[in-house]
Amino acid sequence: MSTVLNHLRYRPSHEWIEPGKSPAAVGITDHAQAELTDIVFVDLPAIGRQVKAGDPIAVVESVKAASDIYAPVSGEIVGVNEALNGNPGLINTDPFTEGWIFQIAPSNPTEPDTLLDAEAYRAHIA
Amino acid sequence: MTENLQRSPLHEDHLALGARLVPFAGWEMPVQYAGLMAEHHAVRQNVGVFDISHMGQLIVSGPGAEAFLNHALTNDISRLAPGQGHYTLLLNENGGIIDDLIAYRTDPNTFLLIVNAARITEDWTQLTSLHAQQPDTEPLVELANLSPACAGLAIQGPKSRAVFATLFGPDATYPEKNTVISSDTPEDLMWLCGTGYTGEDGFEFFMPATTASDWFQRIVAAVQAEGGLPCGLGARDTLRLEMGYPLNGNDLSPDHTPLQAGLGFFVALNKRAFVGQPALLHEKTAGLTRKLIGFRMTGTAPPPRPHYPVLSAEGQPLGEICSGTLSPTLQYGIGMAYLPPTHTTPGTPLQIEIRGKTYPAEVTKKPFHRPHS
Repeated sequence: MSTVLNHLRYRPSHEWIEPGKSPAAVGITDHAQAELTDIVFVDLPAIGRQVKAGDPIAVVESVKAASDIYAPVSGEIVGVNEALNGNPGLINTDPFTEGWIFQIAPSNPTEPDTLLDAEAYRAHIA
Repeated sequence: MTENLQRSPLHEDHLALGARLVPFAGWEMPVQYAGLMAEHHAVRQNVGVFDISHMGQLIVSGPGAEAFLNHALTNDISRLAPGQGHYTLLLNENGGIIDDLIAYRTDPNTFLLIVNAARITEDWTQLTSLHAQQPDTEPLVELANLSPACAGLAIQGPKSRAVFATLFGPDATYPEKNTVISSDTPEDLMWLCGTGYTGEDGFEFFMPATTASDWFQRIVAAVQAEGGLPCGLGARDTLRLEMGYPLNGNDLSPDHTPLQAGLGFFVALNKRAFVGQPALLHEKTAGLTRKLIGFRMTGTAPPPRPHYPVLSAEGQPLGEICSGTLSPTLQYGIGMAYLPPTHTTPGTPLQIEIRGKTYPAEVTKKPFHRPHS
């Protein structure tokens, strides 16, 4: 059974975001990392990039496949997790904290609240 | 899209082991169980077992079988004594590769061909068509396709001999490299072959689909007792690519000849006439226009994957990747591509284009990795 944290919001494509924060950290869920298996490379977005919700902005790669990571909300990329360049496996070992991927300053501070809550995401992956 | 995927006789066993199943060559096969990386390392360090039931088994027999196969295949099959096998290729008239396969001589007038799952139909069509063209004066040849009734397992890794001893007893004859042992009890087990696709010591064996599950369960237990794992097609692919072994469909196709693919060693160009021979002789005289090379990424880069563009150091397009991966053993990206002769010397700098960015690489010798022996 994969972990779903109650205080986060979720996109159906398996990204999580911290609601009520700016900048807000974004990563992929425990369910997603388990599906992707051993992550060997992360293509991080450029800091300062303006993105729209649903834009593919990062790529997480296992040996078998490259998977797009989508912006859960619109806003500006204000930080990236440089630690993933040396240790992409942090996404596997700690997807919700050490394995965060980028930080976004949401254009609309309440947009994260429109995403799935933990209960809805649990139902989505069940 | 719905596909009618064939299932291995081990389908239920795979599910019980928690396998993730994917479509491959018209079959639904395990891509991994515990995880690709762990399975890859298990084979390099200990031992792994792979379901290869999707592969095909064709039998060519009769007093004319040797001459027939020497015309159909590139290697010189007359060199095989009973009990021996070798790697060989089935070509079309243009010298293009229909399939790469292992041919075994199981007795003086009987040959077993182990062929790729995705090519069973094409192989059968080619062989039956050549057979139909034979004059009635030629000695008798019979063809049989046993693939639907056959299952197969590959045991690979430095502890394969220990697994073999567990299964067959310490005094049983191990199938050494490129040999085949035909079982005395074909209703239970058909052939033991000293071959594999990982570069490690190991053997492959083929049995009636009806006995496969029982064998598999015993082998998984024996493999696990040696610190090994059941392994999926994901690890099979990274293991074969570290050895620079081509994969039919990725690296070999009717658009390429064995000379371009660097498989000239398996083509007996000067034996009696064989299908594709004139085209290969012509190509050899005219010179190769492209050659399958190995490359490695030389800096931090995403894993190279099939179809990514390959460029010269100056940015000139040269070709595209046919096989590529992050090497779990070497921990950098490796791959193969057909490149013009100007860019085939080891050390030649290249660039790989990945999602619009270019990353440095260089031509390198195959195999990329040499297992300890």
